[in-house]
Amino acid sequence: MAITSPASPRRSGRRHPLATAALLIVGLLATGGAYALATSTATAETTAHTAEMVEEGGKLFAANCASCHGILADGTAAGPSLIGVGALAVDFQVGTGRMPMAASGPQAEVKPVQFSQEQIDAMGAWVAELAPGPAIPAERYFAGDGDVANGAELFRINCAMCHNVAGAGGALTEGKYAPGLANIDPIHVYGAMVTGPQNMPVFSDMNLTPEEKNDVISYLRYIDENPSVGGFDLGSLGPVSEGLFIWIFGLGGLVAVTVWLTAKSN
Amino acid sequence: MADIHDDRDEAVAPSTEVATVDDHSAAAPATAVVRADRIPNPGFPPHRPRVTDLDPKKEKQAERTISALFLLSIVGSVLAVVAYFAFPIDQANPGSVRLNNLFLGLGITLALLGVGIGAVHWSKALMHSHEEVEMRHPTRGSDESRTKAVEIFSQANKESGFTRRSLVRNTLIGAVAVTPIPAVVMFRDLAGDDDPVALLKQTMWDEGVRLCRDPSGTPIRAADVTIGSAFHVIPEGLAELEYHRIEEKAKAAVLLMRLPVDELNEDPAKADWSYDGIVAYSKICTHVGCPVALYEQQTHHLLCPCHQSQFDVANHCEVIFGPAARPLPQLPITVDDEGFLVARSDFRDPVGPTFWEINR
Repeated sequence: MAITSPASPRRSGRRHPLATAALLIVGLLATGGAYALATSTATAETTAHTAEMVEEGGKLFAANCASCHGILADGTAAGPSLIGVGALAVDFQVGTGRMPMAASGPQAEVKPVQFSQEQIDAMGAWVAELAPGPAIPAERYFAGDGDVANGAELFRINCAMCHNVAGAGGALTEGKYAPGLANIDPIHVYGAMVTGPQNMPVFSDMNLTPEEKNDVISYLRYIDENPSVGGFDLGSLGPVSEGLFIWIFGLGGLVAVTVWLTAKSN
Repeated sequence: MADIHDDRDEAVAPSTEVATVDDHSAAAPATAVVRADRIPNPGFPPHRPRVTDLDPKKEKQAERTISALFLLSIVGSVLAVVAYFAFPIDQANPGSVRLNNLFLGLGITLALLGVGIGAVHWSKALMHSHEEVEMRHPTRGSDESRTKAVEIFSQANKESGFTRRSLVRNTLIGAVAVTPIPAVVMFRDLAGDDDPVALLKQTMWDEGVRLCRDPSGTPIRAADVTIGSAFHVIPEGLAELEYHRIEEKAKAAVLLMRLPVDELNEDPAKADWSYDGIVAYSKICTHVGCPVALYEQQTHHLLCPCHQSQFDVANHCEVIFGPAARPLPQLPITVDDEGFLVARSDFRDPVGPTFWEINR
């Protein structure tokens, strides 16, 4: 721990003047860390992977992924190479249930997650050992406590054209689509931006800094937590759902009133 | 309009003649075509008295219902005013609009529907209930009025001399024809002293202008653009523009993408327009000018969300689907000595929708 290193060997004793401060800081860090672990559903682990995890991950990979990605993870006709994709890509793809794929198709669908978080981390550790790639970031970069207004502007510029300005998702070409972004685990939003899964472009840290990514996540969290100002948003799909609603209920209401107007009274 | 009893016999009687009900003008029975399968006029259904006609208690009840509806309308009006003040809109909290609008709307709805439904119920349940026929009248004017109209026109022509005084008439036509000219001049002056065609053909991009991130305006290094990336780009200096920032952005917006070099299928003549797989294209669709930015990094397709035009980034953004008629213009780029991406020149083709003088 960096905090205790300034103490010089010459003055180190049982009652060093900085000992109280160091103890206090260690205590605070421990409480904060425990709190962070208790409140987070995703791992905020940035430390090196243990050899045990890597070995376990290798076994899981060989059993579950190698048929498409190759036993050396260098890709086959059925699946891309995973060399250099990093632990973050594994966390996104497996952690959202997209991988392993149930069937080939235009796009890997979200489905129930097939592995425990420990197993996902182990596979991530194994993939990260192959070549350097994006790792799981520190938790403050996806805590969702950033600048909502800035995040909204960045979202409108970089994300809204595919994912819809309210994050409702939208269609792409040939059966592909940009998924809706309501109530997504922040680490998966972060992972998608960094790794560019499937047809999503990459938004590396040189394009959107980690702080800006946190702002985007904060915006998504804001729209998750705050109801639509305009009342029922009808899926936020714009004229499609709103037009359908007014066509059925608006015109339907008019027809009902017309029938009542012309019907004879009892 | 309502000929209550005059035409009644004609409408009610199951007539055998086609012409009777629907043609008043001239058709004599002898010339009408009698169809064998025509449906006879069923006439009115038998008159059926309403419950309010028969039962004074029901009548009283309907009266009470109607006045209750009108009272409900009054309550709605009051509710709307109360709601307006009870749920104030807090500037700092956009969510406060919800309750305000909901109860204000409910109040006004009750106020208007109460009056409307009450009035209709009144007429249906309590007002007279005898059946009436309103005959449809022919729309052709009588011969007298038609002759009269022609007379009026020729008299006006004679009195004003519209055909005789050709100088007056022609100057009037000329004056009316000239009135749109101020509008034409003002629209033309939107471009000021510049040639509008030239303005449409040029953007802020020029040799050495750095490619910057939208919206921050920070320059982009070639090394920042990892494979599969998409950057939304504005020209250097746009973020600081004081005037016409939106107009300039509308022409100069660029999407920057990096493809694996071996997947890029470049025209040898344009090979030096990209840098190590980094390509820059106008974000303004050549169909009607929507921003095209739905980039699929595996297929390298760009989709326009407005009319589903698709462009193939790997093949100089040629159109592969949809109504766009020409490829997205490519911005030739290179790298300056500090490693930042810069434009080699302005777009070589005009950005945005095609216009008449595009080839001038």
